[in-house]
Amino acid sequence: MKYVDEFRDGHLARGLARSLATLARDDREYRFMEFCGGHTHAISRYGLEDLLPPNIRMIHGPGCPVCVLPVGRIDAAIALARHPKVTLCTYADLMRVPASGGMSLIKAKAAGADIRMVYSTLDAIRIAEAEPSREVVFFAIGFETTTPPTALAIRLAAQKQLSNFSVFCNHVLTPAAMRAILAGEGEGVEIDGFVGPSHVSAVIGVRPYQFAAEHFNKPIVIAGFEPLDVMQSILMLVRQLNEGRCEVENQYGRAVTTEGNVKAQAEVADIFELRDSFEWRGLGEVPASALRLREAYADYDAERRFGVTTPCAKDNPACECGAILRGAKRPHDCKLFGTVCTPETPMGSCMVSSEGACAAQWTYRRFDTQRVAS
Amino acid sequence: MDLSPLRHAEGCVVTKTYRRKLDMSGRVDLSHGAGGRAMAQLIADIFHVALDNDWLRQGNDQSVFEAPKGRMAMTTDAFVVSPLFFPGGDIGSLAVHGAVNDIAMSGSRPLYLSASFIIEEGFPLADLARIAESMGAASRAAGVPVITGDTKVVERGKADGVFITTTGVGVVPEGLDLSGDKARPGDVLLVSGSIGDHGVAVMSKRENLEFDCEILSDSAALHGLVADMVAAAGAALRLMRDPTRGGLAATLNEIAQQSRVGFRIEEAAIPVKPEVAAACELLGLDPLNVANEGKLIAVVAPEAAPALLEAMRAHPLGCDAAIIGAAVEDERRFVQMTSSFGGARIVDWLAGEQLPRIC
Ligand code: SF4
Repeated sequence: MKYVDEFRDGHLARGLARSLATLARDDREYRFMEFCGGHTHAISRYGLEDLLPPNIRMIHGPGCPVCVLPVGRIDAAIALARHPKVTLCTYADLMRVPASGGMSLIKAKAAGADIRMVYSTLDAIRIAEAEPSREVVFFAIGFETTTPPTALAIRLAAQKQLSNFSVFCNHVLTPAAMRAILAGEGEGVEIDGFVGPSHVSAVIGVRPYQFAAEHFNKPIVIAGFEPLDVMQSILMLVRQLNEGRCEVENQYGRAVTTEGNVKAQAEVADIFELRDSFEWRGLGEVPASALRLREAYADYDAERRFGVTTPCAKDNPACECGAILRGAKRPHDCKLFGTVCTPETPMGSCMVSSEGACAAQWTYRRFDTQRVAS
Repeated sequence: MDLSPLRHAEGCVVTKTYRRKLDMSGRVDLSHGAGGRAMAQLIADIFHVALDNDWLRQGNDQSVFEAPKGRMAMTTDAFVVSPLFFPGGDIGSLAVHGAVNDIAMSGSRPLYLSASFIIEEGFPLADLARIAESMGAASRAAGVPVITGDTKVVERGKADGVFITTTGVGVVPEGLDLSGDKARPGDVLLVSGSIGDHGVAVMSKRENLEFDCEILSDSAALHGLVADMVAAAGAALRLMRDPTRGGLAATLNEIAQQSRVGFRIEEAAIPVKPEVAAACELLGLDPLNVANEGKLIAVVAPEAAPALLEAMRAHPLGCDAAIIGAAVEDERRFVQMTSSFGGARIVDWLAGEQLPRIC
């Protein structure tokens, strides 16, 4: 297949693995955080860890929008969906994420809430047009990648003067999370460099990560999601460290430019503004790390329209998702992993999200960690 | 209902004039399921025409047939596919192939089918006729007649167009005893062709997900291929199964549990069409989890594997057959795959439904 097979070529991978084995110095460790859940899954799914020398270790980062959403926001969405006039539209990833009191969107739906799974923001717009008597709320989550489609939906709703459409905005920002992790380094996390999320950089470009290199002395390689991309990026990071360099490099030149997608950035800036602070699962309150709708689009803001409050909700105390999202622990360090907590009975979002670190470990690599027959 | 022409006077044949032909531009309404004349007409004009055979023509509530000596196989399956018509097939042919294949996976020769239709009020009669015709064509091609059936109409909103349940019976060849618990460490695992075609074909036509794609469903009756496989491998065959919903991944995990073994498979050996791989990539799906309707997997004693592969490849429905791995000892019953990179990973059941990812 064109454009995919090239990046999954086993011979090339083994070649890269040999280069890594030669380049990686025996007298040191290389600890790289792959920020994004997409990378975590590529690494697990293709067994890339088997190809790395033992002194190169990958640390899973917080880059999964479902995983970093605090339970209170899911509770708030469920409360919204229970409003008799509201139809809540959501991406399927969120449906099984545990909320407070053993609830989840999928359970709320079974209990009668009008929750519909959509594939794009435009599906939600279509529903709002087709059912004018319903209040259609789009549950918007995601990093910089999914923000432009939400902006587009709001723009479209405004053009069509749709009065029954609004957005429950949970969009968060990648560089802010990276900064929070670096600021907290030392608390069980030691990182020598980052494999950066390329889809995000396709939108925001490369510059927003400069701070990590300049202030925190961490090299970053913006990496594509194909397994060969990841391997090559790891090689680039090792080279930087060996040569004492500390830069933001772009491995994913086929889609990422230094400036990113300027048009999309302008659209997002027109519709959204920074929140002073936003709670992240695992990272706590992170200043200037999330977006909300500007005053001019207040009509489309579900939080204002329905007076949404975010209940203060606690994770299952035994769930180690928080530490895993900071890179301080690994999935199998959690006592619940694979016993109480499995994809069928998730205790935390890391086990149910398609990008979650626990889900990746369980789905692809549990022969490493699970010794008992189920 | 007596459908023969009335004979009024010698030499003078008059057709029944009170009986108008079913208006195929109309829709199914509740009277079509009420047991009265409308229902009789629906059955006569659509199902009996499309599925015509000696047993149905008798018009009884059951069909009486000769039972061969020996062991019988029986299966039943409900079909709720959406959309009802998809590239390469529709719910009618699918309902025939599904039941025929479930019988065939025991190595049996399928003999007869029954079909039960649950139809939603308002369903276009023309679509129903199209489904019945496709069902008739599939059952004639397979040589397995639908000899009895049932029709129910439910109120609008209580079904999604049409649901079909088919039941099949077949006869097991003497000396053959295939079962999911028969895989042993060292046995060889084969697949009859490329995986994921059906699931991708159906998804390509789903509302909200429509994408351009040339892929046709692989929906097909596999009992011919199975007969050749039985002839080639005989008692060395341990088991066969068609990896339908849940795909290859679910099927291998089921067998691993039943047989208390693990499996080791090679990603590079598993046939996947480039278009299917591309569509899966786009949607964030794994072809191993995607449904098939015309493929089977077989586990066979190692010494018979080459002959079996050759026999499969000689049949049109098995021309892309491949050896993809082997059963191994593993008390945890893991299905493990060596990726094309040489790394290992687990091939798991799907948690929940497979849905496109969000970013
Ligand atoms: S295994 Fe489950 S409970 Fe433990 S950290 Fe992961 S998601 Fe949370």
